[in-house]
Amino acid sequence: MRAKQGDWVNIYNTVLKPEERAPQVPQDTKKVSLETWVKGFIQHDAEIGDEVTIETITGRKVVGKLVEVNPSYSHSFGNTVPEVFKIGLQLKEILFGGEDHE
Amino acid sequence: MSRDMSYSGVMSRRNEIMKRAVGIDYDKFEGIGIAFDYEKMMRETGYTLEEMKRIQGSTGVGNTPLLELRNLTNLARKFSDEGKGARIFIKDEAANPSGSFKARRAANAVYHAKKHGYKGVIAATSGNYGAAVASQAAIHGLKCIIVQECYDSRGVGQPEIIEKARKCEAYGAEVVQLTVGPELFYTFLRLLEETGYFNASLYTPFGIAGVETLGYELSMEVREREGRDPDVVVCTNAGGGNLTGTARGLIKAGADNTLVVGASVNLKGLHMASDEQFNKKSFTTGHTGFGIPFATWPDRSDVPRSAARPLRYMDRYVTVNQGEVFYMTETLAQLEGLERGPAGNTSLAAAFSLAQELDEEKIIIVQETEYTGAGKHIQPQLSFARQNGIEIKFGDPREEIPGKTIILPEHPRLIKAIDLDLNKIRRSYIKNCLEINNINKVSEEDLEFLAVDTKSDIESVSRIIEELNINKL
Repeated sequence: MRAKQGDWVNIYNTVLKPEERAPQVPQDTKKVSLETWVKGFIQHDAEIGDEVTIETITGRKVVGKLVEVNPSYSHSFGNTVPEVFKIGLQLKEILFGGEDHE
Repeated sequence: MSRDMSYSGVMSRRNEIMKRAVGIDYDKFEGIGIAFDYEKMMRETGYTLEEMKRIQGSTGVGNTPLLELRNLTNLARKFSDEGKGARIFIKDEAANPSGSFKARRAANAVYHAKKHGYKGVIAATSGNYGAAVASQAAIHGLKCIIVQECYDSRGVGQPEIIEKARKCEAYGAEVVQLTVGPELFYTFLRLLEETGYFNASLYTPFGIAGVETLGYELSMEVREREGRDPDVVVCTNAGGGNLTGTARGLIKAGADNTLVVGASVNLKGLHMASDEQFNKKSFTTGHTGFGIPFATWPDRSDVPRSAARPLRYMDRYVTVNQGEVFYMTETLAQLEGLERGPAGNTSLAAAFSLAQELDEEKIIIVQETEYTGAGKHIQPQLSFARQNGIEIKFGDPREEIPGKTIILPEHPRLIKAIDLDLNKIRRSYIKNCLEINNINKVSEEDLEFLAVDTKSDIESVSRIIEELNINKL
């Protein structure tokens, strides 16, 4: 995918490699890099995977690997967990005693 | 000349970076050994209650509704002994501009930054504090960067944290996201050094004093309505600032007999810096993974001396399980018509249990709620848990194993706040004080400090120190 100058993008950097991680970090975390992402407007045309410069919303110039063009929010209310619906029914039964209040 | 930007290079400049970014010379308050002058620090670097009310009021922060939860109280009384079941009230802090009580902390910190000519503010937080700082920065026309621990090494983010990032961006902040690990602090320091912005730390006197208005307000409101002080105030406890500020506000209001209870979600067994366990938890704050380490060593924060000192004010410390907090979140919606975020309901779950121990004319206050929405809600948080292999079922919440199961109580009578042994926590704090400061002989000044800082007395502190095999001066 191609990003054009001025596009809103997400870039990636490795902050610390596994061997550079702090001594107090647990073993499983030591096996992986410390990674970071930041979004901003790309300063030049580029392809995904290129090293690019962006200007963040606070005006910082940051260099990193282009990983996403037009990054979007995709978090949601998730897959319904139906157990939740039973809670209200039970509470109302205990508190109001069922049919009398229907 | 180029500066050393390596991990060790930046960490070695930690003190000078912090001094410039916070504007407090913490050395001024230091004693010789363990002790430091906490009240002097709060007095000289904080704001008076009147100033804070004005600062917060001018940005729409504070004076949130105090709501009586009548149905919830009646429900608690169904499971209480005759004459028991205190009245439960909740301070609806979600009504603050950024949707949580954190607006109070941020209002002061950002006001202070503006007053001292900083062009922007930075905060390291994955919690509601990010949105609070971003919201206040928007009001004051300052730039804002929020640094978040958000993803595991697979790039999977906690839905709750992703939502908080969105909210920060909605207020015009830049959000720097990282994978799991305490070295987030290195990125944070680099950003402070690069930008010269103010460190809107959660743990400065400005931030903590900002919460004093919450304790003060709720005490005044209960007095006005009921003609007396609240009997118990329950605070969700993570880094300790919520509890510290609220308790200080209660003291300033003269509510000396009000008991302050801390409540955390029990995440026993999960390591907070573990990449593999990061997404096995369903709460990203308000849990024991922050609550215990910050109580036993408050000065682990991002400033040299934390103004959040929960042991100094805590009368009891209880835990509740994840399933219980989710259940109470649903209860608040279904019985009280208040849909609020789960993490803020930790203290509600505890209060529901504690109310059953108290006489029915007593008043117990839950001192916060938080906003809710996509990602930050019982449904997506449980759904995320299920996707990560956590078993969710109805049963006895006592059987919940953090990281493996979430047990929704099969009956509300099973919701129980479990007491932690405060003396054990005090002992652990004192041990840390001795070890980290490399102290062999404890002075009278240190003893007095430790007695106050653990809300105990010199005899108890001395006994603990003797047990720890240290010679008294």
